[in-house]
Amino acid sequence: MGMILEKLPGLTKGLPGGELVLTTADYLIDLGRRQSMWPMTFGLACCAIEMMASYASRLDFDRMGVIPRASPRQADVMIVAGTVCKKMADPILEIYHQMPEPRFVISMGSCANCGGPYYDSYSVVKGVDRIVPVDVYIAGCPPRPEALQYAVIKLQEKIKRMSLAKEGLATPQMEKGSRPFGA
Amino acid sequence: MTNAAELKTDQLFINMGPQHPSTHGVLRIGLTIEGEVIVKAVPDIGYLHRGTEKLAEVRNYHHCVVLTDRWDYVSAMPNNLVFCLSAEKLMGLKVPPRADALRVISCELNRIASHLLFFGTYGIDTGAFTPFLYAFREREMVLDLFEMLCGARLTYNYIRLGGVMVDASPEWRTRLAEFVEYFKPRLDEYDTLLSFNPIFMARTQGVGRLSAEEAVNWGLSGPNLRASGVDYDVRKHDPYCGYENYEFEVPLGAEGSCWDRYFCRVREMRQSVRIIEQALAKLPEGPTMATGVAKIPKPAAGEAYAHVEASRGELGIYLVSDGGISPFRMHVRAPSFVNLAMLEKTLVGMKVADVIAVLGSIDIVLGEVDR
Repeated sequence: MGMILEKLPGLTKGLPGGELVLTTADYLIDLGRRQSMWPMTFGLACCAIEMMASYASRLDFDRMGVIPRASPRQADVMIVAGTVCKKMADPILEIYHQMPEPRFVISMGSCANCGGPYYDSYSVVKGVDRIVPVDVYIAGCPPRPEALQYAVIKLQEKIKRMSLAKEGLATPQMEKGSRPFGA
Repeated sequence: MTNAAELKTDQLFINMGPQHPSTHGVLRIGLTIEGEVIVKAVPDIGYLHRGTEKLAEVRNYHHCVVLTDRWDYVSAMPNNLVFCLSAEKLMGLKVPPRADALRVISCELNRIASHLLFFGTYGIDTGAFTPFLYAFREREMVLDLFEMLCGARLTYNYIRLGGVMVDASPEWRTRLAEFVEYFKPRLDEYDTLLSFNPIFMARTQGVGRLSAEEAVNWGLSGPNLRASGVDYDVRKHDPYCGYENYEFEVPLGAEGSCWDRYFCRVREMRQSVRIIEQALAKLPEGPTMATGVAKIPKPAAGEAYAHVEASRGELGIYLVSDGGISPFRMHVRAPSFVNLAMLEKTLVGMKVADVIAVLGSIDIVLGEVDR
């Protein structure tokens, strides 16, 4: 914890009761947010199999506090794992809006990044970032499960830098025009 | 006193999917229910339609193999194989025997990986999480083998026109033999873990029954058809890649219930292991790629159809060439797509809780349904 204990020993000694832990609101909130990121189980295509592999025995996503939730209303992260087709675009947007703020999106695999091998297909959306704002992109077709775990670490680093003072209660997504909380 | 039959409830339409943890992808089923009983079920597909058949018309033949990987992404080797078989027919290529044996090994290994995934996810669907962890332990080993063989875990592009990408190294063959030895006792473990688990059996036995006649009429293939007791396996009835030289049985079910469909697959893994052992023992020497495969093939105008027994059933490709560098038309007979149709029939009259048991047991992959 960002303990003021180490940095300002003089101050804490003067306080009644002996020891005290002081920290900033930013630090505490970001800590909570990044250590228990619950993604939504949202497999679209091939990458979903690698996403399952990262939850399974060998790679064990649980150790990073990543526990899959079946409902978007309980999730923090949406891992878009697979090709986003035009028919699926509307449901994705709807699911995204069902997630509570602050919400994050990981775009997993070439298809979700830019269309991938289907760059010239008539029915594929060329990148999920045309529908929802994306925080982390993972390259690969499909990316390895390790790559997905690295993406979660990167997202944790990103969350660590979030600040209430700079952004208010808003997350970067809200500024880009998603539906505000409660609306 | 009210007669129970007189108590009529209103019909209610509920939407299952496209985002649902148990649909194994993006499938939507429109369920009309009356109380707990399903009156009508309409599968709505197309949420993963990527236009592969159309894309094949603008890619050359080598590039098309890449597209095939992504239909049935759980077992991509048979997809590669069926396209290559069909294109080789068009081009008149003769595949060397060693390449044929390697194709058989990789396809059977992929069948194991695919059925392991089914085993794990079906456990989850019916409420048992642990089998998933066991299945993925072994599945990762298979994927390691594939990675060692061709560098990819899921989308292999290993089987190419005229043969296979690379020869299997001696180290790989040793690793494979080790895996086979390791895997055989695991199959018994699965039976004690899930197959004969009383709770699992109560949940799946006698549920979603489909008679042999109905199964044939609905055009089912693969383990779903064999679970109803119909002895049809492309590997036996129209052998390709030298399957006639291997000894194996075709597991059949009795009544076509969910449990039969499940147990057919578990027993198929055992047969796949047998085939791999035989193929490893008598792996012929020689090249792994036919001579005279053009960089950009231009087969003469004509048409060809090839079908294989993929992990999910009979997978066929119909290719038409007009003499150009890309296929004029490619049509895919996808087993998942055909198998999915039976939901409309089976789900009617069942309880809501059984929907997932039936849907899980037919083992569809949406990439193959929608293509």
